[in-house]
Amino acid sequence: MNGNNLMCAIQMYDFYLYELNLYLDTHPTDRQALDLFKKYTELKAAAYDAYISKYGPITADQSSTDERFNWVDDPWPWERSANR
Amino acid sequence: MWAYEKKLQYPVNIKNSNPKLAQAIIDQLGGPDGELAASMRYLNQRYAAPYAQVKGVLTDIGTEELAHLEIVSAILYQLTRNLSIEQIKESGFDTYFVDHTTGIYPSGASGMPFTAAYFQSKGDPVTDLVEDLAAEQKARATYENILRLTDDPDVRDPIKFLREREIVHFQRFGEALRITQDNLNSKNFYAFNPAFDK
Repeated sequence: MNGNNLMCAIQMYDFYLYELNLYLDTHPTDRQALDLFKKYTELKAAAYDAYISKYGPITADQSSTDERFNWVDDPWPWERSANR
Repeated sequence: MWAYEKKLQYPVNIKNSNPKLAQAIIDQLGGPDGELAASMRYLNQRYAAPYAQVKGVLTDIGTEELAHLEIVSAILYQLTRNLSIEQIKESGFDTYFVDHTTGIYPSGASGMPFTAAYFQSKGDPVTDLVEDLAAEQKARATYENILRLTDDPDVRDPIKFLREREIVHFQRFGEALRITQDNLNSKNFYAFNPAFDK
């Protein structure tokens, strides 16, 4: 997958997880929702790893610390080049 | 996008309630130099920032200010626990109580509700960063006034932390302004607006 497809996957998994989060806030013992939350947490982690190693950090604590702190590098999310 | 972390950036553990003090500290929630104005100022200004480091500083400090909003709210929450009606009347907290009970509402110490008129987003990086430098100094001065109003160590400790953060932010915004000026015409920083003129 290229960077854009990986980002689409991350946005998709994050949105699944967020929707489950909201549902679980009011149904904290729902077995089916709990299982889905676990499943997408794992899929999300794999997509994050693939994206970060190739295209850079999504949160500052994922930034490289070897040579330069690439957290600050362009593009930022509101720019078109980050959304192609 | 943003994600919530279920923790305070700095701990708040206040033994004694003090509604009169809460009415002064609320200035840093919804007052003219408060944390809500600070966060909204930086997070709105960042779209006009032309250089990556300036985008980073505005995003990161704007986000930290939301964490400070939560610390100030936790201080207000703990200062207004278990109040008797007598305490509310004697302390002068009754004017806040009648509108909000002990709920947290972003207003200034005078009771003026929060307004976006407390900050500007000019679309000009030098203008915006100079405002940000002043804003950090104004917030530092406000925290120092709060420290003059209380000798309770439980309150002073997190307030001192917040005061120190204003000084660090001032430093970072100074560097962001320098980075911006380094990218402009050294004979006339105002020759053009790098967020608009090409």
